[in-house]
Amino acid sequence: MNKVLEKLQLSDQVYKMKLEAPLIAQERKPGQFVIIQKDTNFGERIPLTIADADPEEGSITIIFQTVGKTTIELSQFEPGDSIENVLGPLGQPTHIEKVGTVVCVGGGIGVAPMHPIAQALKAAGNKVIIIIGARNKELVIMEEEMKAIADELIVVTDDGSYGRKALVTEPLKEICEKDPPDQVVAIGPPIMMKFAAETTRPFGVPTIVSLNTIMVDGTGMCGGCRVTVGGKTKFVCVDGPEFDGHQVDFDNMMLRLGAYKNREEEQSHKCRLDAQIEAKQAKESK
Amino acid sequence: MKSPEELKREADELFDGIVGVELKNKDRMKIPPQEMPNQDPNARIGNMNEVATGYFEHQVRVEAARCLNCKNAPCIAGCPVAIDIPGFVKAAEAGDYDKSVQIIKESSLLPAICGRVCPQETQCQATCTVGKALKDPLKSVSIGRIERYVADLERESGKKSIPEIAPETGKKVAVIGSGPAGITAAADLRKAGHQVTIFEAFHKPGGVMIYGIPEFRLPKAIVQEEFDTLTAMGVELKTNFLVGRTRKLTDLIEKDGYDAIFIGSGAGLPKFMNIEGENLVGVFSANEYLTRSNMMKAYDEAHADTPIYHSKRVAVLGGGNVAMDAARTAVRLGAEKVYIVYRRTEKEMPARVEEVHHAKEEGIEFMLLHNPKRILGNENGRVKGLELLSYELGEPDDSGRRRPVPIEGSESILDVDTVIVSIGNDSNPLLEHTTDNLETNKWGNIVVNEDLETSIDRVYAGGDIVLGAATVILAMGQGRKAAAQINDRLAKE
Repeated sequence: MNKVLEKLQLSDQVYKMKLEAPLIAQERKPGQFVIIQKDTNFGERIPLTIADADPEEGSITIIFQTVGKTTIELSQFEPGDSIENVLGPLGQPTHIEKVGTVVCVGGGIGVAPMHPIAQALKAAGNKVIIIIGARNKELVIMEEEMKAIADELIVVTDDGSYGRKALVTEPLKEICEKDPPDQVVAIGPPIMMKFAAETTRPFGVPTIVSLNTIMVDGTGMCGGCRVTVGGKTKFVCVDGPEFDGHQVDFDNMMLRLGAYKNREEEQSHKCRLDAQIEAKQAKESK
Repeated sequence: MKSPEELKREADELFDGIVGVELKNKDRMKIPPQEMPNQDPNARIGNMNEVATGYFEHQVRVEAARCLNCKNAPCIAGCPVAIDIPGFVKAAEAGDYDKSVQIIKESSLLPAICGRVCPQETQCQATCTVGKALKDPLKSVSIGRIERYVADLERESGKKSIPEIAPETGKKVAVIGSGPAGITAAADLRKAGHQVTIFEAFHKPGGVMIYGIPEFRLPKAIVQEEFDTLTAMGVELKTNFLVGRTRKLTDLIEKDGYDAIFIGSGAGLPKFMNIEGENLVGVFSANEYLTRSNMMKAYDEAHADTPIYHSKRVAVLGGGNVAMDAARTAVRLGAEKVYIVYRRTEKEMPARVEEVHHAKEEGIEFMLLHNPKRILGNENGRVKGLELLSYELGEPDDSGRRRPVPIEGSESILDVDTVIVSIGNDSNPLLEHTTDNLETNKWGNIVVNEDLETSIDRVYAGGDIVLGAATVILAMGQGRKAAAQINDRLAKE
């Protein structure tokens, strides 16, 4: 049982939650993730990256977007409630070393897992340039936290409602053209990571991406998370979650992420309707 | 297939003929083997309930009467945990089921499970004199079915005894994994009076008996009950705890005060065939497919949040018990056509004869002497077919089995939308990667000495993580052996 210590809604669909998890808080390193299952009997196991941890308080922070039944229900947990199962930390930690200049590209809620990595890269003595991208102003998260780390911070939105109107690839390309960095780390929606990797490829800049695929156990047993990297099959849970972005077959990965899409959409639709009805009923009863 | 009613009637008649009669071996040999009553195939493909419904009482008495009570008891030598088989069979023949189950429990903690999933035909029943005399191991005394009966009777009576625990020693032992090896080790360690903690990565205990073996072959309630016995004995369970990641293996000894560790973490990463199209949507490892259905209960779509692929036509690659489990699960989940694709012939199939038989009864088609060449996908990256190559049997290979040789130009396409790969597991590298000085072999299995101790002092290992893919009972045997070594060692300290 892991108690919810804090919950904060960051935008319409994005939530930040602090969970009691003393052992995970102690052991976790940047780049690692947890598997969460809200109830033992019928709950689904979903991987979520650890955005932050406080070993003294014995807590970890997760940031998630409500995209399906499980994340929607998770967003309804309140401080004091308990999540039945949290397993971690899982996956290989990010390899942190001083390489010179690193550009960290975070898209959407990918900014959350990027935070501890950027922090560690900075602490290792790198110059850290951070690009935050979101669809609109409402979805920009953790700007203050990132500003505190970055030597240079660039915020872009698709619709121009905040920061520069651009995709993350535009400033990334400009940086590569002006003075190619020594490394790029890109975390965000698969399509963003794909194009970030395509952007850096002609410049030969090593580009690390962090993949979030479908998983069941998260310990190597099921193989549901497998991706094609450099023509070889890799398991995101034990070989990753970070890989060389220039080697990842993103198209295959995106198709695999959609394996259960029809059912998910059906359920999410139903779930949202239920939530709306509940909210309406709650209002009426008041 | 005879109906349960017929089997019961026949057994009743046979029983009337032998009860109170002093039987000579020649009489015993004449008693026909008792068939296991099964759910009708047409009914069972529509449910997840257990296929084999268990012997009737008189079937047990009659079947047990077939045992010749051989002096040399070759069956015991065939049992990995050396159960006194003639002892419990004769007690069952006499109708003393309680005594019967107590005899089994001297050697095996999990009779209700082993009676169901042990491959008796290659173990105790392979060496049975009756089977030898009848020149068919399948006609041996059905030791496993008798075991199941007496174990179920005790279970259902609610009077299950909790083993006696020695006075507390104040020593602490960690057991990693709650599958058959871990459960057995934990029980034996606890009986010796040590404080025992089981660390399980999943949210529920039971290992392969929960995530892998389907409900229709091993009801999960039975596994849970067996585990409840451990809890009642005072064994502590920590779920959601991945030793190596949540805590370093050596920290358990160095920082947390454990005096010894038993690693029974089981098999690891599923193997794939390394053929084109293997990462298409609709290709699953049997581990994933079975875990979704069994542990995550995806078959219960009304309640479970975990989805499972909706398949119409399924090819399962492999010929082991896990392949049969996956194929039979697919049938129950509504697939219209399910194939088993295996590159040798039925004779070489590692699956149990009973499982193959059940699979055929359920309409599964066996594509023998076929091997996949590549998996074909449609424009959405989903499986639309499986290209197969036909094989013929050539000269015997190292294993003594005739080597399958591809026939050139024999390619054909099987129309399927799902491919389930069931060709075994590689070992999980997690402990090796996160633990300094833990020696493994070239397959990644943990290396142990004859006492099952690893290269790290006080750390023992057994089951699939040492043996590679094996069986529930072999894992139990190793759990027991390692526990005995740890108990010996801690007693001397």
